[in-house]
Amino acid sequence: MAGYNNPMGNSPLEVKVISKRFGLPDSMSLKTYVQNEGYEALKKALSMKPDDVINIVKNSGLRGRGGAGFNTGMKWSFVPKQSPKPKYVVCNADESEPGTCKDRPLMEYDPHQLIEGIIIAGYAIQSNQGFIYVRGEYRYLLDIIDRALAEAQSGGYLGKNILGSGFDFALCTHTGAGAYECGEETALLNSLEGLRGYPRIKPPFPAVVGLYGGPTVINNVETLSNVPHIILKGAEWYAQLGSPKNGGTRLFCLSGHINRPGVYELPMGFPLRRMLEEIGGGIPGGKKLKAVIPGGSSCPVLTASEIDVNMDYDSVAKIGSMLGSGGVVVMDEDTCMVNLMGRIMHFYAHESCGWCIPCREGTSWLNHMIERFHGGGALPDDADTALDVSYNILGKTLCPLGDAAAMPAISILKKFRGEFDEHLKLGHCPFEKKAVSVA
Amino acid sequence: MLSEALHKKFDQLVSRYPLKRSAIVPLLLYAQDEVGCVSEEVIAEVARRVDVRPIEVIEVIGYYSMLHRQPLGKYNFQVCTNISCMLRGADDIFDYCKTKLGIKHKQTTPDGRFSLEEVECLGACTGAPAMQVNYDFYENLTPAKIDAVIDDLKKK
Repeated sequence: MAGYNNPMGNSPLEVKVISKRFGLPDSMSLKTYVQNEGYEALKKALSMKPDDVINIVKNSGLRGRGGAGFNTGMKWSFVPKQSPKPKYVVCNADESEPGTCKDRPLMEYDPHQLIEGIIIAGYAIQSNQGFIYVRGEYRYLLDIIDRALAEAQSGGYLGKNILGSGFDFALCTHTGAGAYECGEETALLNSLEGLRGYPRIKPPFPAVVGLYGGPTVINNVETLSNVPHIILKGAEWYAQLGSPKNGGTRLFCLSGHINRPGVYELPMGFPLRRMLEEIGGGIPGGKKLKAVIPGGSSCPVLTASEIDVNMDYDSVAKIGSMLGSGGVVVMDEDTCMVNLMGRIMHFYAHESCGWCIPCREGTSWLNHMIERFHGGGALPDDADTALDVSYNILGKTLCPLGDAAAMPAISILKKFRGEFDEHLKLGHCPFEKKAVSVA
Repeated sequence: MLSEALHKKFDQLVSRYPLKRSAIVPLLLYAQDEVGCVSEEVIAEVARRVDVRPIEVIEVIGYYSMLHRQPLGKYNFQVCTNISCMLRGADDIFDYCKTKLGIKHKQTTPDGRFSLEEVECLGACTGAPAMQVNYDFYENLTPAKIDAVIDDLKKK
């Protein structure tokens, strides 16, 4: 494809599980896949009891790679055994969290790995149909996945009576059309039902009442891509790759002011400082670090003094942020944090679906206030007001989009208050002349 | 008139779902790719296909940023200015596109060839700054690269 670059980085420190087939010739083909352990896990799973499949995944410590970090096997176990309505598996491939581009290579270079993971999930919860919801901008991936689905179908891995087991599973792709909000699982379900992507009130949770009213499991691309490896090599093997209660590896997307941007597969719990220095090669121009977003724009920002943290869900949560989606965005010393906050608020104001008033009004006000602030029109109370507005969004909306805007806002307003005061004092941005783009 | 190929695609898409209206967004997007926008004709046909009223299709269209009621340029430049791209100079790239194409955000050149949009994260963060022209990705952008892309498209 025109102008397209392989996003995968390359470092000897990587531990390759879900990205291990990426470099193989014709890695997206069924032929390459079956020559390299492909669909072996499905064979094994089909010989097991569905509950045993769920238990292996539960014990592996696999947690949702979309951002919430909930134990995947636990999520599957909430699906009722008996249901008068059909059950569904939905793969969330609506990757839109700013700073995140890891699901894209998983679908591009190893679509069968994802398909196998979805079929196993279907067997585990005894569902007979699944959908892969791909964001509209990733059109070329739809073609790749559709080709892989056709191959899987003709190979007997998908469709009726899979590998002679008596288990049926149908799977197809679905395209979105530009909406960050549809990455939230209940909004995604409404979108998949042909409606506007507004979130639903929880409970009931999708595991009980989901797609078309049936029990539904919704998992991220990376989460499902891990499943075949867990089934094949066992829960203990997977768990010990990571840190306690944070099984496996994770794809981290290094971007921003970093010498070697790229997607790297690292053990869960890999230290952030080493990630920036040894993997990313430090900051261009020998500049100093100012801040890091550890897992996509929804996460509270970390300052340069907070980077001695292990990158797993629990360790990052302990210092008040989130591991999120794996999007690690690096800011050097010349970055204006007021400007950065303005851009983040612009995003959330644009993407707020407008259903909940605190989010609709709050994100829009924060966007206008911070843009004005950065542009030299700051009023003395603005920073305090922005903080107050943020706290009035936090926890007051149906879906996490409101929180996703409030959390980075609060962290920047608190940790970089000095930059706001300086803008106010000078009447303009103190970084304007110093800032030089890397491009 | 929608093409025979599109009608076939419609047949195939509608049959995927237990509930026909699930196909609304895919139908609209594929139709837009062929027609250039979501025209009245497209809305009527999609409504007929999934057994809803045209107003229900219009309600859906308004929500999705990739669906357009009016035609865009033949080549739609979608420049990402979200954080990873911004930190790598995306604002300058967007300004350069404005000057070079002589149009602003959400405008189209008078000859209908190019349109320009500032968009949110495209999922190309490690190749920042990035843009999409229609569905094609372009990454690690510089003014010289933008020039080359435009010259190339002008020849088509």
